[in-house]
Order: sequence, then structure tokens, then C-alpha cells
Amino acid sequence: MTSILLVAERDEQGEISQSTLQAVTAASGLDGASITAVVAGDAPVSASSLAVEKVVTISPIGSSDAGIYEQVTADLAALVSSTNPDVVMFSKSDFGSVVGARLAFRIDAAFASDCIEIENSDGVVSVTRPVYGGSALAEFEIASSPAIVTLRAGAFEPSTDAGSPATESFESGTSVEQRASVSETVAESREGVRLEDADFVVSGGRGLGGPEPFSVLTDLANVLGGAVGASRAACDAGWIDHSHQVGLTGKSVSPDVYIAVGISGASQHMAGCSSSRAIVAINKDGDSNIFKEARFGVIGDWEKVLPSFLATVRDLRA
Amino acid sequence: MVTSDFFYAAIGRDYITGNSELTVRIVVLAKQVPDPETPPSQFKIDESTNTVVPPNGVPPVVNGFDLNAVEGALQLRDAGADVEITVLSVGSDFVMDAMKKPLAMGADRLVLVDDEGLDKIDSAATVKVLAAAIEKDGPFDLILGGRQASDWDQGHVTLGLSEVMGLPLVSLVQKLELDGDSVSLQRVIPDGYQIVSAPVPSVLTITNELGEPRYPNLRGIMQASRKKPEIFSLEDLGLSLDDLAPKLELKRLYVPESNRQIELIEGDDEADSGKKLALRLREEKLI
Repeated sequence: MTSILLVAERDEQGEISQSTLQAVTAASGLDGASITAVVAGDAPVSASSLAVEKVVTISPIGSSDAGIYEQVTADLAALVSSTNPDVVMFSKSDFGSVVGARLAFRIDAAFASDCIEIENSDGVVSVTRPVYGGSALAEFEIASSPAIVTLRAGAFEPSTDAGSPATESFESGTSVEQRASVSETVAESREGVRLEDADFVVSGGRGLGGPEPFSVLTDLANVLGGAVGASRAACDAGWIDHSHQVGLTGKSVSPDVYIAVGISGASQHMAGCSSSRAIVAINKDGDSNIFKEARFGVIGDWEKVLPSFLATVRDLRA
Repeated sequence: MVTSDFFYAAIGRDYITGNSELTVRIVVLAKQVPDPETPPSQFKIDESTNTVVPPNGVPPVVNGFDLNAVEGALQLRDAGADVEITVLSVGSDFVMDAMKKPLAMGADRLVLVDDEGLDKIDSAATVKVLAAAIEKDGPFDLILGGRQASDWDQGHVTLGLSEVMGLPLVSLVQKLELDGDSVSLQRVIPDGYQIVSAPVPSVLTITNELGEPRYPNLRGIMQASRKKPEIFSLEDLGLSLDDLAPKLELKRLYVPESNRQIELIEGDDEADSGKKLALRLREEKLI
């Protein structure tokens, strides 16, 4: 038997997140899987039909600790030491990245982040993870237990299986002193559809040469009912806010169509958009990496290509 | 856990006196990595040794995210704080032209743990070495690291260090200000940021949202060229490679094959290509 502690997360409605459903699929694929899901706070309605054996609740994450995660790390460390799972599984979210790493180093366990494959045999867990910004893949073996992993968003299909897990609560009995603490959360205003949810993403990169062209990209995104993305280079240059950044260190998107304008297609960028249904590239450098990743492309100057593309799209959708 | 009180004593300062004359000692963790701007056509792996073949004529660089952390430390100085910035790296075969870049940007000291085999250890072992070096070279008031390294992309060395040293941690910091004996921080979240207060000493990871690292000026480059790195061996830190066995065993490193076939749209001119692209996408029912 392989016992898996799956650390669940919530979506904006407080229900079990899509990324957690993906983790259920990954966990179910392990040999002899027996899955316990753990969730901070009261179990949401959707937890009662999760395809796992058991749902354990721990203390909710306090608002001053959200992002620091001192108490939840302590609670999970206590839960892991009392249940001795073979694998502890997180999504590679903000939460999973921080808590997974903290937990691993706190209990001196092996940690592999951003895994796209996981399997096990004879007590050894094998994972595959992209490295060098996605230019290469690395396969690792973890012989020590527990193996703590985070999973890349979109690497597994969300589980559609239904279960009827028993729910129990776990009290770690430790109350952690809050050292670093969050006093306020500032939400940045967003117009239109959320980048991560958009069916169409129009992204601009270094090749745009400045901030002004993003208004054309915004026009195109509006006509398509989509959102505007950007490469890290464009964000770091200050042409557009970092909340638009797509890539390894930005957002992961998987729209129907990802239109990359003036983006060279470095593997770090592709890591955030490679699960799009179709990538469309407009770039004047025909040797750009983006043309190796795209399904459709035009080699040309975006200043000449984009206006006619936009006009035609507008006519087609009128 | 046994180490945390001990390390706290080694790292911490007596802030109760509130002595404003005190220099704030900052250590920035930095890693030498293959240049991530290496063209994909030149990125090659030797599958017999599971290592990246150094591309011809493309020297290694300091991990770009670590330069964000250097920039963060320098911004504290710009804001008027009396700071001493030490850059700390663990590895072997250091290329000084690359490693001196933080000094040229304005950092004060470069400390290298330079020993054979240190380029092959995993991140858990790296954390051990860093903790030992910080203990030896400390105390420090702030420990800054980049959000991840552009080679292995794990992003957990700095996080792990906070655990091993028993220090508070704030990740993904895009803005930092010294505020008496604490630091005021902005922490990036997916659709905005959080305002966070952390005590000193703390461990912070700095993200690229902080802004582009400054370019070294000529004076900085001259000063850096005269500075010599201070070098520790593993033995200096009371460690040996036997203490640094990997938790993760690398079995295979390879470049995945891309089997995508692109369809290039060519019109009479570029404007016509744009029009034909839209029509082709409609034909495929994509728009």
C-alpha cells in the first residue's frame, strides 16, 4: 500500500480547487494508492464526494498567516509525523510552493517541486520535472519517506471520480507564534476576464518595443472576449503590469488560442502557455523558438500583420 | 529543530538597545548558472553524465532572480540605510567575471564556498552548506534570496534555509523597507499584493516584480575588479561531501522532443498574411 497525504486547496468559492482534483488523479495513479486529503478549515461540500478514502480537517488559515503559513506548516508537520504517509502531495500554487518546501525542510524529507509525472514501485517514488526553464526534463528517484512533491498545474486531468470519504478533524495541539504577519491584502483591479480563465489570450513580448502596442493587443483581446498576457521581458521593462505575466514565474494559462506577438518563445515563457489548445505566433524573426511551439504562424512585422488580423477577426465575429 | 535556538543566537542581534548607528548586515544568496539566454539550438545535454554541456562562447552568469535580491538590498541602501551587503555562493568552477557582477552593482563582499563536487550537490545539501557558511560569517540581519534558480527551477533553497535556521520567512517580496527593528514588505499574490511585517532577522525571497537589477556603472566595475572573494572550503565549515548526500537521485536528464508542426501563413504582403491568418483560424473553428 502507498499512503498519500494530499494537501487540498480551495477555489475562490471555498470549494475544492481544480488543481486539487488534478492531484487526486496523480495520487490515484500510484501503485496501491490510499489517499487521505487534508484541508484547512471546515470541509467544503465538494470534499464529501472527493475520490479519496478520508478527509482530515485542520485549523483554518488565519488572515495574518495567509501567505506566511506558519501555523498550517506546524499542523501538517504534526499530521505527517502521526500518520507517516509515503507521499505528501501539493499543487504547485503559492500555498503549495511555500508550505511544501517548509514542511520538507522541517521534517528533513525529500522535496521535488513542479512535477509533471509521478510513479512508484517497491517503495521508490519517481518523478519527472521540467528544469532549465523547461528546456530539459529531469527524472529523479526518491528512496526516503515521505517524498514531498508539488504538481504542475495542468499536468494531470482533474479527477471526475466520486467517493464518499469519512471526515475527521486533526488537532496538532501546537499554537505557533506569528512572527512575520500579514496586515493587509491589496487587490489589483482587473478589467474583463481573468487571464487564467480566458479562452483567448493575446500576449506581447520584447518585440513590441514599448508599452503603446499593448493597446492594440487589448483591442484584439476585447474583440475575442479574451485577456491580455505578456512575457516577463515586457513586464520587467515596465510596459505592462506584472499581473499579466505568463510563464514559469508568472501565470499558467491554457486558453483555446494563445496569440503570441513579438514573443521569442523562451522555454520559461512556454512553460506558462504550452497547454494552450493552439498557439499562434506573429514574429519577424523566423528562427524564433516560438515557431517551434506554435501551430500557426506568420513571419512578419507585427505592426503590419496585426491591424489586418484584428480587422478580419472583427468582421468574422461581427 | 535542535538547531533553531542556536542559530537564532548566531544570527540575531540585540535590537532592544535600538542603536541606530548599527550597520544592517545583509547576506544575498547567489548561484552561478548556465546563461538562460543561451539559444535553444545551443542547449545540449550529455545523457551519459546527465549534465548540461556548457555552450561554446556563452559564459555562465549569476542567476537572474538572485540579482533581483541584490537589487532589493541595494534599494535599502538607496533609501538611506547603513547596510553592508555580502553575496554568498556555493559551488565549484566559479567564473569570477560572472560572480563579481553583484559587486559591480554595489554589493560590498563576495563570499564563496568553493570546493570540488559542490556543483553537483542537491538543494537540501546546498541549504546545509549555506547555513554553515552563514553561521561562520554572521551574524546577519537579513538573508535574501531570489525566487528560484534558472537551472533547476526548484525555488526552495531560500525557503529551506529559513526552516533549518529557525528564522521567519516571507516569500515573493516585491518591495522592502527597513522600519526600526522590523521590515515592511509587499508580498506578491496572484491578483495583487499583501502588506507584511517581519522581524529582523528574517529570510526573504525577492521576486522579479521588484524591478530590473541595475546595470553596473564603470566605477562599480572598477571597484569590483579590485575586490577579492573570501573563500571557504567545506573543511572550513566543518563539513565534508559525506554530509551532503542527495535526497533526490537524478536518473535521467534529457531534452524532450517537440513533434509540433507549424503551419506558416504567407500572404501577398504582411497585411495580407494577417488577414489570411484570421481566415485560417476561423476555418479551424478556433475563433
